[in-house]
Amino acid sequence: MSETTTAAVPPPAPRKAPLLDRLPVTSHIRQSVGLQRTMLLIGITLTGLFLLAAMFAPLLAPYGYAQISDAAGTFPAQAAPGGKHPWGTTVGGYDVLSRVLWGSQTAATVIVVSVAMSIFVGVALGLLSGYFGGWLDRVLVVIADAIYAFPSLLLAIVMSIVISQGQSSFWGGILACSISITVVFVPQYFRVIRAETIRLKAEPFVESAMVVGASSWRIMGRHIFKNATRTLPLIFTLNSSEAILTLAGLGFLGFGIEPTSAAEWGFDLNKALADASSGIWWTGVFPGVAIVLTVLGLTLVGESMNDLNDPRLRGRRAAGNKRSGKAKTKAGRP
Amino acid sequence: MTINLGNISDGPRDAGAPVLDIERLKVTFATDAGDVHAVKDVSLDVKAGEVLAIVGESGSGKTVTAKTILGLLPETATSSGTVLIKGNNVISVSPATLRKIRGRDVAMVFQEPSTALNPVFTVGWQIAEGIRAHAVDGHRISAKEAKARATEALRKVGIPDPEIRVNYYPHQLSGGQKQRVVIAAALALNPGLIVADEPTTALDVTVQAEILQLLRDLRDKYGTSIVLITHNMGVVADLADRVVVMYQGDVVEEASARTLFAEPKQDYTKKLLAAVPHLGRDSASEGATARLHQGGKVLVEAKDLTIEFPGRLGTPGFKAVNGVSFTVSENEVFGLVGESGSGKSTIGRAIAGLNRVTGGSLKVFGYEMLGFKERSFKPLRKDIGFVFQDPAASFNPHLTVGECIAEPLLIHTHPSPEQARLRVSQLLESVQLPASYAARYPHELSGGQRQRASLARSLALNPRLLIADEPTSALDVSVQAKVLELFRDIQEEYGFAALFISHDLAVVDMLSHWVGVLFKGRLVEQGIGSQIMGAPSQDYTKRLIASLPVPDPEEQALRREAHRALLGT
Repeated sequence: MSETTTAAVPPPAPRKAPLLDRLPVTSHIRQSVGLQRTMLLIGITLTGLFLLAAMFAPLLAPYGYAQISDAAGTFPAQAAPGGKHPWGTTVGGYDVLSRVLWGSQTAATVIVVSVAMSIFVGVALGLLSGYFGGWLDRVLVVIADAIYAFPSLLLAIVMSIVISQGQSSFWGGILACSISITVVFVPQYFRVIRAETIRLKAEPFVESAMVVGASSWRIMGRHIFKNATRTLPLIFTLNSSEAILTLAGLGFLGFGIEPTSAAEWGFDLNKALADASSGIWWTGVFPGVAIVLTVLGLTLVGESMNDLNDPRLRGRRAAGNKRSGKAKTKAGRP
Repeated sequence: MTINLGNISDGPRDAGAPVLDIERLKVTFATDAGDVHAVKDVSLDVKAGEVLAIVGESGSGKTVTAKTILGLLPETATSSGTVLIKGNNVISVSPATLRKIRGRDVAMVFQEPSTALNPVFTVGWQIAEGIRAHAVDGHRISAKEAKARATEALRKVGIPDPEIRVNYYPHQLSGGQKQRVVIAAALALNPGLIVADEPTTALDVTVQAEILQLLRDLRDKYGTSIVLITHNMGVVADLADRVVVMYQGDVVEEASARTLFAEPKQDYTKKLLAAVPHLGRDSASEGATARLHQGGKVLVEAKDLTIEFPGRLGTPGFKAVNGVSFTVSENEVFGLVGESGSGKSTIGRAIAGLNRVTGGSLKVFGYEMLGFKERSFKPLRKDIGFVFQDPAASFNPHLTVGECIAEPLLIHTHPSPEQARLRVSQLLESVQLPASYAARYPHELSGGQRQRASLARSLALNPRLLIADEPTSALDVSVQAKVLELFRDIQEEYGFAALFISHDLAVVDMLSHWVGVLFKGRLVEQGIGSQIMGAPSQDYTKRLIASLPVPDPEEQALRREAHRALLGT
């Protein structure tokens, strides 16, 4: 037993692993093996490419998203890939490569804005509802259930009409999309946090805080919040892919952002509908592939994190990858 | 591999040959933190009609050894060595052979009877399931015959009216009866060997005595060998013929039960036995003739205290505490004992304002808890410390130990960071932990260290009253002994009053000056600790004390007779 009181200054207690290894995604890479690691790495690569494209779109894209001419004159309409336009041009004369690259920026902005808003609202409401219970809890749960009952795309369309009222500026469009996605997502965060809060409320460490007389706000902020938000990175990645799909769906149905305000993959797909039957594949394939790869990347990251967070699903270097929770607790004991 | 040997040599049991023979068993688990050698090198054997106890503290590898006997290890485990049951090596046989061995040659009794039984099937069906899984003489057993045999198995384990009970669902039976059903299921095919993994840990002492009696009868009547896995030395003394002591995956000592308890050879065994609390020894109220510490103020006063939990729609509420009256004075340690469901924790929680009082009167520092308001009670909270049962769960895993201990200070006295740090290191030293532990996270401490830190937190504001709710029942015996000693020293040093709640009579007696015995929400008896333990006056207390096994086989044999006489059987 190392419980002797030492007179000299004791060495600092062994700290946790360096910060980098504790961050959600990096810690997952370290834990993973085999197929799970491959999936996670593919997901991270795809997501990384998407984020790079979004960040450096102004540098990478040969033209602006709404550019239909340059010094050499107006761009040809529906030009095949090659020459000045490596991925061809659309019927309106936009450069497909530039539109796809700029589109990633729109998608990333919408993800960040919508998920950020839904996390703040959802977490706050979930904490309050779960901790205090009572009529507040009942009312909020009913509202969340009611929102769940709506088809999410329909709800997003209604919200987009209500919010933007036909506006199509860059921020107007983005906010309309984001807020409509937020409305759909808040119940998800709300439910997860509320369930965790209710579970944590009965934990002895919360009771011990109650016994020493901590206020409700202190208990919620200091003791429950940190413990309840452990699953958030996971929902974040999974919701990001859903946000892209909702955005593309809105754009495809014509509730998105006008091509002169920003590039948007769903809108481009809509305009490429007529091209498909006349053999013009490049206007539809490139934005479509962009959507598929981005969603795939984000989903792979999210699902891998989900599997890796669960000790029963997590693969290990030695044979077998099930039922290792028991072995893990054994490891914890000296 | 010798697969067919078992089927041929199915004759009468040879008294000399071992039923189970484990040779150089080694089990390794693959985990996130690398390989864990749960069992390093274990060799043991069990003879027919013998009860072998494997004892050890948590992490000693006793349960892993037991699971290996039935081939129940998870897939992350790799095992080597031999585990021979009737000539079959369980480690290397095919899954099909293993299925045949299970139930027929060896069966298991689990720790928690309420989770080992499936709630949606009748107990008869569950026993019959095992019977029907094994063909006898090449033909399958009909459902009717299986049920008849299930009824027979229930009769064997002493369930009254087995013809009727065979159609009961698990929830219709009590905990002890459920454990009997689990044993009946294990017995259904008359296996030569039963592996019982902590069969009585989840049960109350009075029920535990019944189950131990049942296991002993099985051995005497049917010659069944039993491998008993337990951490409870009293249970070992009561039942075992031979004992294997395990420590960190190795066998430390092997001896007959009498020899082991009388003259342990290894240091570890000696330490382990010395740490086991022994009823009637080391009592805190030794030699007292009147209630101690009655000069000071009365801190807690309960009069006809009633705590009722609301029932579901249409059903009446459940009275957890029913008309209980007692007082706790300054400097006094009041011990509250009772079995599960007796309401002992509810009383402790009510004093701390975690449960609402519904009737009678409960005065804490003169404040009436009936209909209490958090706002007006809050100033009194700094005078109450609370130590929870599970030290692992009572610390916020995201805060360091130092932050957790400083929490009450920050809330009530608003100290500067330096003052808080100083006080935390003082507190840690008073519970014999290095001050540097303040920077650690709770999971980096062992169970005993965490419970000391928990004690430090409850003492942070120099409370006048400390409520300790089963503070040592989640700890190993050797750790428990240290924590109890510390508790006693600190109580003497600081002089706070304490309400010490435990199901363990010996532990309560070691600490408490005055003991109250609770039974189904009523305080059946209260008095000086040593007197209650030595000469109880109420029937329930007598039964409770008589059913507690003591860690001494000879004394326990006498106590067992006395217990039987008490029950009139």
